[in-house]
Amino acid sequence: MIKKMQTFLTYTLLVILSFISVFPILWMLVSATNTSADILAGRLLPGTAILDNLQKILKMYNLGGAIFNSFRNAAGLTILALIICSMAGYGFEIYRDRAKDTIMRFVLLGMMVPTISIVIPLYKMFASAEMLNTMWACILPTISTPFLIFLFRQNTRAMPREIIQAARIDGLNEIQIYLKMYMPIMRPTYATAMTITFMNAWNAYLWPMIVLLDDDKMTMPVLLSYLMTGYKMDYGAILLCVSYCTLPTIIIFLSLQKFFVNGIAGSVKG
Amino acid sequence: MNLPKKRKRLLLSQKQNLIGWMFLMPAVVLIIVFMFYPIVQALITSIQSGSGVKIKWVGMKNYQRMFEDKKLWTAVKNTLIYAVWQVPIMLGLALVLAAILNNKKIKFKAVFRTLLFLPCTMSLVAYAIIFKLMFATNGIVNDLLIKSGILGKGFNFLGDAWGAKFVLILSLIWRWTGYNMIFYVTGLTNIDYALFEAAQIDGASSGQCFRHITIPMLKPVILLTVIMATNGNLQLFDETFNLTAGGPGNATISISQYIYEVAFKSVPNFGYSCAIGFSLMIVIAMLVLVQMKAGDTSD
Repeated sequence: MIKKMQTFLTYTLLVILSFISVFPILWMLVSATNTSADILAGRLLPGTAILDNLQKILKMYNLGGAIFNSFRNAAGLTILALIICSMAGYGFEIYRDRAKDTIMRFVLLGMMVPTISIVIPLYKMFASAEMLNTMWACILPTISTPFLIFLFRQNTRAMPREIIQAARIDGLNEIQIYLKMYMPIMRPTYATAMTITFMNAWNAYLWPMIVLLDDDKMTMPVLLSYLMTGYKMDYGAILLCVSYCTLPTIIIFLSLQKFFVNGIAGSVKG
Repeated sequence: MNLPKKRKRLLLSQKQNLIGWMFLMPAVVLIIVFMFYPIVQALITSIQSGSGVKIKWVGMKNYQRMFEDKKLWTAVKNTLIYAVWQVPIMLGLALVLAAILNNKKIKFKAVFRTLLFLPCTMSLVAYAIIFKLMFATNGIVNDLLIKSGILGKGFNFLGDAWGAKFVLILSLIWRWTGYNMIFYVTGLTNIDYALFEAAQIDGASSGQCFRHITIPMLKPVILLTVIMATNGNLQLFDETFNLTAGGPGNATISISQYIYEVAFKSVPNFGYSCAIGFSLMIVIAMLVLVQMKAGDTSD
C-alpha cells in the first residue's frame, strides 16, 4: 500500500514538473497564433491570428534577415569551430608531451573567463580593425573555445593508438591519418560538438548585441530584445518572433538529443 | 651501423612533434588573440581613464571607486540573493529528479527526461521575454491566479522589488534544472545499480538510498554543478537585461549588466568598466579554486 502511494506520488511529481517545464513553451507556441487581446484574456487554445501576427512583424522588422543572419553566423561558426578545435584536441592528445600539457592547462583556465570581462578590449580591437558590424566580428572570438578543445581531447583519449601506429606503418602521413582515420572514428564527438556549438551560437546575445549595430546585421536574439523596447507591445507578434527563435533549437535538440546529452555528460565522465 | 637509423628515428619523432604543434596552433593562437590578449588589455584599460587622445593613467583609482559605488554593491547584493536561492533549490530539484529517473521501475523515463530538458534549448533572451510576458500584470500567471481565486486583482510582479527578484529566480530555476539533472543522471549511470538494489533488499527506503548512496556517490558531480551554477550566477546578463532591465529601480540589476551599462550606456567609461570586469574575473577564479580545494579535502 505504502509502496503504491509512493509510486503514485513519484509519478505525480514527475508529471507536474514536466508540465511546468513545458508550459511556457506551449504557451509561446499557442499565443503565436492568437491576437494580443485573446492572449491577455488568457486564451490557451490555438487561434487563427498567426498570419496577422507575421504581417505585423514584417512591417516593422527584418525578420527574414535576422533568421538568415543567425543561420549564417551559427553555421559558419560551427564549421570553423569543429575543424579548429578537433585539430587542437588531436594535437594535444596524440602528440602529447610536457610542453603541450602545460599549454592545455592554460587553455583550460580560459573556461573561467567571463565574457563581460573581455568584451571592451574585444570591442576596441574590432573597432580599430574596422570590422564592427560584420559576421567575422560576431564569430571570430568564439571559434576556439576551451570547452570544445577539452571535449575533443578527452574523446581522443578513448581512440586506440594501435590504429594510428598501423596507419603510419601503412604509409599514411600525419595529416592523412587525421583526415582519413581520426575524423571518421570521431564522428559521434563531432555530432556532439556540432549540436552544442550551433545552439550556443544561435542563442548568443551579449557579444552579437555589442558588435552588430545595424538592423540588417542583427541576429534573432538581438532582434527579440529590440522587439521588447518598442513602446507598443503586441503579445502575439512578439511571441511569434520568439517561436521563430526557439523552434530551430528545439528541433535540433529533439532530433540530435543523444549527442547533446552526451556533450553535457562528457565533462562528467572525463 | 645503428647510428644512422637512430638519427633517422629522432628526426621522425621531431617531425611528428612539429606536426603536433601545427595541429593545435590555430586554436591556441585564436584563444591567445581573443581571450588572453583581451585580458591583458582589460587590465591596462582598468588603470586608465578617458578615451582616444585624452587617455590618462590613473593607477588604482578605478578600483578604489568600486568601494564607494552604491549601485555596484546593489548589483553584488542582488547576485548573492540569486545565488543563495537559485543554486540550492535548482540543484536539489535536479538531484531528486535524477534519482527518480535512475529508478529502474519508473516508466516513460525518456519522455520525462526530454520534457524536463526542453527549457535548456531556449535562448536566454527568448525565455526571458516569455517570462516577462507571462508575469505581466495582465499576463497569464495573474490571469490564472485570479481565476483560481488566489488573487483578487493582478499583481505587478515585475514592478515590485521582491516580486521581480522572485520571477527572475523562478525563471533561472526553470531554465537550468534540466541541464543540471543531465549531469546527475550521467553521474548515476556510472554508479553500479546493484548498490541500490542491495540497499533496498536490506530494507532501506528511497529517502535513505538518496541520502546515503546517491548524494555521497555524486559528490564530485555535485561540486562541478555548484561551481558552474555559481559561475553562471555571477555572469548573469541576458535574463536581467531582458526580463526586468534591472528594475524596478536597481532591484534586479546584475553585475554583468552593470559592467555593460558603465561601458556602453550614456557616458561610456571603459576604464571603470574594465576595473569591475577584471575584479569579477578574479573573484570567479578564486571561487572556483576555493570550491575545488574544498572538494579535495573533504574526500
